[in-house]
Amino acid sequence: MNLATFWFILIAILWSGYFVLEGFDFGVGILLPFLGRDDAERRTMINTIGPVWDGNEVWLLTAGGAMFAAFPSWYATLFSGFYLPLLLILAALIIRGVCFEFRSKVEDPRWRAAWDRALFAGSALPALLWGVAFANIVRGVPLNAAHVYTGNLLTLLNWYGLLGGLVTLSLFTLHGAIFLVLRTTGELSRRARLMAARAALAAVPLAAVFLAVTQYSHGRPATGVTAAVAAVALIGGAAAAIRGREGWAFTGTALALMLAVATLFGDLWPNVMPSSTSPLYSLTVANASSAHYTLVVMSWVALLFTPVVLGYQGWTYWVFRQRLAGPVVTPPAAGQETPEPVGGRS
Amino acid sequence: MTVLELSRWQFGITTVYHFIFVPLTLSLSYLVAVMQTLWRVRKDDVYLRMTKFFGKIFLINFAVGVVTGIVQEFQFGMNWSAYSKFVGNVFGAPLAMEALLTFFLESTFIGVWIFGWNKLSPRLHLASIWLVSVGTSMSAFFILAANSWMQRPVGYRVDPATHRVVLTSILAVLTNPTVLATWPHVFFAAFMVAGAVIVAASAWHLARHSDLDVFRKAMRLGLVVTLLAGIATAVTGDVQARMMESQQPMKMAAAEALYTTQSGASFSLFTIGSLNGDKELWSVRVPYLLSLISTMNPHGTVQGINNVEKAYARKYGPGQYKPVIPVTYWSFRLMIGFGSLAALLAALGLWLTRRRARPRSRWFYRVALWGLPLPYLGIASGWIFTEMGRQPWTVFGLLTTAQSVSPGVTVSSVIASLTVFTLLYAALAGIAWWLTVRHVKEGAPAEAGQPGAPEPLPVFQY
Repeated sequence: MNLATFWFILIAILWSGYFVLEGFDFGVGILLPFLGRDDAERRTMINTIGPVWDGNEVWLLTAGGAMFAAFPSWYATLFSGFYLPLLLILAALIIRGVCFEFRSKVEDPRWRAAWDRALFAGSALPALLWGVAFANIVRGVPLNAAHVYTGNLLTLLNWYGLLGGLVTLSLFTLHGAIFLVLRTTGELSRRARLMAARAALAAVPLAAVFLAVTQYSHGRPATGVTAAVAAVALIGGAAAAIRGREGWAFTGTALALMLAVATLFGDLWPNVMPSSTSPLYSLTVANASSAHYTLVVMSWVALLFTPVVLGYQGWTYWVFRQRLAGPVVTPPAAGQETPEPVGGRS
Repeated sequence: MTVLELSRWQFGITTVYHFIFVPLTLSLSYLVAVMQTLWRVRKDDVYLRMTKFFGKIFLINFAVGVVTGIVQEFQFGMNWSAYSKFVGNVFGAPLAMEALLTFFLESTFIGVWIFGWNKLSPRLHLASIWLVSVGTSMSAFFILAANSWMQRPVGYRVDPATHRVVLTSILAVLTNPTVLATWPHVFFAAFMVAGAVIVAASAWHLARHSDLDVFRKAMRLGLVVTLLAGIATAVTGDVQARMMESQQPMKMAAAEALYTTQSGASFSLFTIGSLNGDKELWSVRVPYLLSLISTMNPHGTVQGINNVEKAYARKYGPGQYKPVIPVTYWSFRLMIGFGSLAALLAALGLWLTRRRARPRSRWFYRVALWGLPLPYLGIASGWIFTEMGRQPWTVFGLLTTAQSVSPGVTVSSVIASLTVFTLLYAALAGIAWWLTVRHVKEGAPAEAGQPGAPEPLPVFQY
């Protein structure tokens, strides 16, 4: 395996990490208006992802940075070609990112309701558009001989791209619902489980159709295996969610997301961005990659520091592992430990 | 308007805007860490209240800095794809390193700090804010290393087959003398912002006699930080000026609008007249100063715009090699002027508050409040100067800005993004400002354990 292929795999891992981690963040944001009945419940939901959402989003920035450093032509063609979808994603991520900090600073219900809507939109839009973008990358987009995108926004809104968008939207919603079951207690947790069952009704068939179509039109034997295992993991995860085994359910959806990304990248290879204009104009692992020395340097950096990052990020999940109890209703009795406000340990 | 012009406006607006928030993140994280450390060491609740009060300002500001930073990474590819292809081998490396080595660190531990107040041991919790601080300043280092490479490319060769740059030494990129001078300059300038913010917030309360115990201490801290940072910014800026004279003589000449090479060149504080060199109606000049700052010798020779342009035409072929002179001339003066004024006011403030004195004059508090924009304006002017002064190049001597723009992006797309970013950023600035002012007016939270006081922890949760 040469270094360019190693970086292709690493970028696939970064994107799948991003989808697994920010996937449940997006899901929680999408479910906010449907699951949170009052402000206290919505705060509890937000606080389940509060300590980790920012770290999760860095997976996107690292994936982008890795593409820039290891495959400059891929980064250049993709980001300039998908200009308007990325603009929408950026606007959504900006609004969503400040929501977390701004929402809680003012008590006024109208203020909070406005930010709740913003958090929903800021989560749902990227959840949809990332799927549209990745489905289109696999499907191939019009690139000319200079690897410049020659389509427009409508080129990307084909049925396969839109199906991909619905898959990520529904999968992230399911993933987020299961995350909420896992991280809350009582009434909220119970309703999150019902919601997970409903989300699964949409996510499982959509993902199954998408994976089957993808395998049929772009697949190779190896991706047949990853696609099949992804489907099994998803169905198993959904079944576990319904049966109240949320740990297994979360493992199932996380695995399904990782393997779905692996399937898409597996379909791409050895291309990174196939051209629908002519196969000769496709960007490939070989013609889009940086020179050897850059890849060597970046490989050492990645090998040395990725374990460190995974270590401390995993540690934060361990620190904040307790379920959130939701609003504290009873006043503390004398001599007992004072319960913390919303978002604290139960 | 062309895609090039629109993209330049967008990059300028989004970068200057992003860098309104970054300096405060960079510096206030350290100062909040210091406050929290003082609380741990001295066991004095005044420092805890200070930590929480300024911690909240820090977090509101941090949020906007983070979200606007994502745009920065994306728009190289979106608007400057030809640039990205040309430089990716070199420029992408520090950007990817920033994400992996530092951005994860600050983003993960900011969450730990916000939510960890009573989940972690006090020592680990304190460590988390220090890690955020180290993360943000290392992050600034990688970004400035990338920018410095654009100012002075090192550690590369141009591949004749692909017409792109190829990295030959990452060490040369990370130890580029330009970044070693720029990073401290930016770092110290950032502390002037934190100083001014602390001074302004403290002045608001001191003028109203509220929370005196917290804000007296904070006022002194803010003034000391502003003054020391101001001196350090001037010293590091001076080092940069000489480096610029040897590395980018055009930029130095453009800073003074000096058209012909001159020995013992004077520095004009102010000029009325045309800046294209043919007419000067009136100016205030300090003799020998330009030569002194550019060469450390009052009689040293400073190269003029016309002479440098001729040399560049010989080297790079016929073309226009000078930046927009009025912009470089005035942004250079405004940078120095705003920065110096902030430092002078801080020195004056320290004198007036010596030996725990609390000035009575309302003017003291007015100036302390209205001095807040000075370091911000200084920093914005500095970036406008250094980026506009590099024009027509994006990568000095290698790639022009006109060659850098995305070939496939349409005017309407860039108009859309420019509109979205400008409106969104304006709204965010308004909201962040309103929230911060509202928080400042509420004052420092009550001491922990005080009867009747609201539960003080966890103050920062969403």
